[in-house]
Amino acid sequence: MKVLVSVKRVVDFNVKVRVKADGTGVETANVKMSMNPFDEIAVEEAVRLKEAGVATEIVVVSCGVQACQETLRTALAIGADRAVLVETDAELQPLAVAKLLKAICQKESPRLVILGKQAIDDDANQTGQMLAALLGWPQATFASKIKLEKDSAVVTREVDGGLETDAVKLPAVVTTDLRLNEPRYVTLPNIMKAKKKTLEVLKPDALGVDVTPRLTTLKVVEPAKRKAGVKVADAKALVDKLRNDAKVI
Amino acid sequence: MAVLVVAEHDNESVRKATLNAVAAAQKLRSDIHVLIAGHEAGAAAKAAAQITGVAKVLHADAPQLRDFLAENVAAVVVSVAKNYSHLLAPSTSNGKNVMPRVAALLDVQQISDIVAVEGADTFVRPIYAGNALATVKSRDPIKVITVRTTAFDAVAAAGGNASVERLAAPADSGLSSFVGREVSKSERPELTAAKIIVSGGRGMASGENFTKVLEPLADRLGAAMGASRAAVDAGFVPNDWQVGQTGKIVAPDLYVAVGISGAIQHLAGMKDSRVIVAINKDEEAPIFQVADYGVVGDLFQIVPTLVEELKK
Repeated sequence: MKVLVSVKRVVDFNVKVRVKADGTGVETANVKMSMNPFDEIAVEEAVRLKEAGVATEIVVVSCGVQACQETLRTALAIGADRAVLVETDAELQPLAVAKLLKAICQKESPRLVILGKQAIDDDANQTGQMLAALLGWPQATFASKIKLEKDSAVVTREVDGGLETDAVKLPAVVTTDLRLNEPRYVTLPNIMKAKKKTLEVLKPDALGVDVTPRLTTLKVVEPAKRKAGVKVADAKALVDKLRNDAKVI
Repeated sequence: MAVLVVAEHDNESVRKATLNAVAAAQKLRSDIHVLIAGHEAGAAAKAAAQITGVAKVLHADAPQLRDFLAENVAAVVVSVAKNYSHLLAPSTSNGKNVMPRVAALLDVQQISDIVAVEGADTFVRPIYAGNALATVKSRDPIKVITVRTTAFDAVAAAGGNASVERLAAPADSGLSSFVGREVSKSERPELTAAKIIVSGGRGMASGENFTKVLEPLADRLGAAMGASRAAVDAGFVPNDWQVGQTGKIVAPDLYVAVGISGAIQHLAGMKDSRVIVAINKDEEAPIFQVADYGVVGDLFQIVPTLVEELKK
């Protein structure tokens, strides 16, 4: 079974982002970039499926600037077999990415597509659901467990108030939640091996996809800062503050 | 043109998140319709008709809608979408699951998790875990939106008198099926609706300490219990307790953070709480930068004393 995984290059989760002074966005120059953490979980899950003998080939895809090649190399080092970069300097919004991925899926015909549930930069949480819609495939979002059967995937999903299990017919789209797995550390020999794997570069035009953004960002600002309060000596003083100053209990 | 709110409900009643989404819809100054897509959901439709400010309830009822599978619910929403200028849903797990599917079927770029309405086509939404707020303008003919519930005060659940119209549901997609649900059973208030939340972090050191040390405090305060991602990753408590960028977004009257250092992604989920209390042994912990009241010290001594003080 062929599995396709998509990965996004984002500002590393440890970086404290700063809003640009001119209010056009956040500072991304000279900032550490990494693979979106949920996508790392997606790659890891695909590799585990291959190690378990269920998946036969893992194709990893990224859409964005040339530097996304590094992100793809990381995915190859985790264990993906080959990579595709849809290269563009244009701003890509989730609908456009879903359309690019749809075009790739039509070329590659995977039985399963795994994506992170959300990217930690735009926090949109849309691409997987949109891809499923465009392909007319079922979706299983926020997965914490994936069990593949012959014609379906049984997926446990993290939902408000607990867990839900759904069965989706293959081919299907699955998006990952945090507890699906713990991604492995990439080893040096695997990084070396990854350099020899195939990385194909395509342009959106070649796929016949119009990626023009539908949303215009008018401004980006820092949220109002919460002022640090006071330190109190002990539990007794705390209760006094909560009862008499804040009046919340 | 009217706007449509896709309700969050359990076939019997309407969940509070719907009331927050209706509040956001009111900012658009159009007639508000509410969609109840479910099975044997007459009671939920009736409840939706009582919501203040709702002009009409659309009620689609079919067995394949019972468990809110995205494929089937999205088909219902799409079947009526052309009648509306805006389609809104609360950012619950159902809303987040269904709405992007709707948006893609309509060839629309969804606007996720809005916190303010600036105009009919302009909205504010948090990005980078709430470290920045983006104002975005949509040029799609229909706006598909999910609403951050904590940013809009709920409208009253009663006082309205809307008509209920039956809607035919498209056939079952046959693509997916519901297998089962494990709902965490708890006597406590639900995390996203609680007035007081007591949350634990890595500093709790074990799941057992959540029960032994933190639970008495939550009991005393009538609070819901939450956790940081670190505590969830360490396996102390289940994932649905997680407060943060990728967990639940909460804004209670009182948030008590115990043994939580205050990673950016945790703060993203709770910094809009009215009063924040932090108890942590590290006085440099970032949580103290957002806390109204901080106590520096050993939580295993402070929390039990706090419970005793609260009894007085």
